[in-house]
Amino acid sequence: MSDEAHDAVGDYRFGFHDPEHSTIRFDKGLSEQVVRDISALKDEPQWMTDIRVKAYQHFIERPMPDWGNCHSLNEINFDNVTYFLRSSDSTQNDWDDVPEDIKNTFNRLGIPEAEQKWLGGVTAQYESEAVYHSIREDLEEQGVLFLDMDSGLKKFPEIIKQYFGTVVPHTDNKFSALNTAVWSGGSFIYVPKGIHVEMPVQAYFRINAKNMGQFERTLIIADEDSSIHYVEGCTAPTYSTDSLHSAVVELIAMKGAKIRYSTIQNWSANVFNLVTKRGVAYERATIEWVDGNIGSKLTMKYPAVLLKGEGAHAEVISVAYAGKGQHQDAGAKVHHLAPNTTSNILSKSISKNGGRSSYRGMLQVTPKSHGCRSKIVCDALMLDSESRSDTYPTMEVGNPTADLEHEASVSKVSGDQLFYLMSRGFTEEQAMGLIVNGFFEPFTRELPMEYAVELNKLLELEMEGSIG
Amino acid sequence: MGVTGVSEILRIENLHVSVDETPIIKGLTLTINRGEIHVIMGRNGAGKSTLASVLMGHPAYEITEGTIHYLSQPLEELTVFERARAGMFLSFQYPVVIPGVQVGTFLKKSVQSVRDEPIKGRAFRKELNEAMNTLDMNKSVLSRYVNDGFSGGEKKRLEILQMLMLNPKLALLDETDSGLDIDALRIVAKGINQVAPEAGCLIITHYQRLLDHVKPTYVHVMIDGQILLTGGPELALELEEKGYDWIDAAPEA
Ligand SMILES: Nc1ncnc2c1ncn2[C@@H]1O[C@H](COP(=O)(O)OP(=O)(O)O)[C@@H](O)[C@H]1O
Ligand SMILES: [Mg+2]
Repeated sequence: MSDEAHDAVGDYRFGFHDPEHSTIRFDKGLSEQVVRDISALKDEPQWMTDIRVKAYQHFIERPMPDWGNCHSLNEINFDNVTYFLRSSDSTQNDWDDVPEDIKNTFNRLGIPEAEQKWLGGVTAQYESEAVYHSIREDLEEQGVLFLDMDSGLKKFPEIIKQYFGTVVPHTDNKFSALNTAVWSGGSFIYVPKGIHVEMPVQAYFRINAKNMGQFERTLIIADEDSSIHYVEGCTAPTYSTDSLHSAVVELIAMKGAKIRYSTIQNWSANVFNLVTKRGVAYERATIEWVDGNIGSKLTMKYPAVLLKGEGAHAEVISVAYAGKGQHQDAGAKVHHLAPNTTSNILSKSISKNGGRSSYRGMLQVTPKSHGCRSKIVCDALMLDSESRSDTYPTMEVGNPTADLEHEASVSKVSGDQLFYLMSRGFTEEQAMGLIVNGFFEPFTRELPMEYAVELNKLLELEMEGSIG
Repeated sequence: MGVTGVSEILRIENLHVSVDETPIIKGLTLTINRGEIHVIMGRNGAGKSTLASVLMGHPAYEITEGTIHYLSQPLEELTVFERARAGMFLSFQYPVVIPGVQVGTFLKKSVQSVRDEPIKGRAFRKELNEAMNTLDMNKSVLSRYVNDGFSGGEKKRLEILQMLMLNPKLALLDETDSGLDIDALRIVAKGINQVAPEAGCLIITHYQRLLDHVKPTYVHVMIDGQILLTGGPELALELEEKGYDWIDAAPEA
């Protein structure tokens, strides 16, 4: 690693880098022509090309957000980003066809092992397109559609046309416009009525090329009384210049359906991670976001739920870890748009070595929505005095029957805790690791075992070496 | 150790300790040999917990004078975790809550950090089972978070469980018996008696009743940072009856 690269990513231990394996590569920078070329290359229907172009226009016109970390946002040089890169010629279903160096990367990420144990199906996203895609047979038997988004568009254009952009329209924000213009990859899932997918279904995402932008687009539709748990995890490699990741995730939970979407993102310290995640829950439906943000330079991400049907429920559990030079601006948005809807928000953040974490939340109850309940808990743990934590909660409550609770705490690791643990044989770093893992535990216990183990290991590594 | 002579675990000579420049311990001398149980009694504020903390290496306390040797080595050379790894154990007067950390995980990692050789899952579970049986503890405690929502008695029992698992050479017990009912007291005593023969024990207590179950070699009275009187088990009975005032008044030899 060059010194410059090292400065950019810090002690990023899980980062490793494959030689770029790209067969088609666009020049850097964005124009309407690039957008059209992407669409043409993918051989998309005209309506998708039109949406992309419209979104591109909106992206150009839309100013940068004037909130959050504007200073950092304005460092993004959109001309220095590659907007489309394909790492192998076509989407592949057969593991044998996956190029060796890509397999090596996945091996080090532990994918095949994970698959053996409990995978529902794998889309392993490499650079901007899926290179490996296997669908577990019983998923197929149950009639569940699980494809990468590009294949989904080819095979099920009507479904995608019906729902694409209905939850997160391209006009939502500058980055959703950008994503809509240049999206590539991501997952498309449709779960038919009454079907319960027992195992978590998972996909791995990974940035590998220098200056590579990632613009996945995920759409999950759970039809009436069905349920699915989707897991997305990623560990980014190291590279030297700023990188932009701007995904859009749309969830639709029909009457009585349940979708849980779990994520651990562990970008290296030079990535801008600007993600729009939103779900719609109809009558009695549940949407749960389980969202972990470790790493990146700047993350702005506020998983949202629109509770549109009576009795719908939202759950947002998130953790953020901000180390040196990092800003985690994360939170949750819940809109109670129907009566008797409920929500729970739990946000936990850790700041260390001058890192900054912010909780930004929005809770809305519309005038017609009587009998709503919401509980918001925000806990911040500061590991030193240079670090920073803030909360920006917004509440718009239009109905007086709403039952709302909001708790916030900021704590420090106490000397007594450290002494107690060290008296049990732990070094200071190990003691910190335990305390930090314990702090995140309400989140970690919601994760599938392997992710929980990996997250704990990661945090222990984070605590090592940089204390003192 | 050979059959000849006593084996010294801890030797404290003329110890002076301050907190924020305020002297707390003012010239304390004490030697503990293997197999001995030393009991320290004394009023609140006498400096008993300070002694225990200083032995374990708490950074808030400054040794201004005197020496401490543990297993013939100057203790000051060891950090807190090195002391633990060298076989010192402190049962805290106020055990600390570690939110989100399960007792089972904590115990395993702790034992692993103290032992040289890697521990095997199966052997560890067996050992843990035995210790928990000895202390009449329910397995459900393993999935609870360390001291989180524990009653006073549960906390103390967990301290003793840790002691059994870590199997120390020097056990410091700070008011482990306070607030325990008779059954819990008996169980805690059982734990102490299990490690005592092979270790040095320093027990800080206010109550004679623990000594119905644990037989001390010496009972010391600590007053204002010094040991002013040392006797056998009968001294504890006398203190229970007469309090400490008569010692205060007595001129020191
Ligand atoms: N960390 C500390 N900071 C300030 N004062 C302390 C600290 N620890 C102990 N002290 C003081 O030292 C004296 C002895 O306390 P302690 O050792 O806890 O007594 P004991 O355990 O005998 O009741 C008390 O006056 C107490 O207030
Ligand atoms: Mg005390």
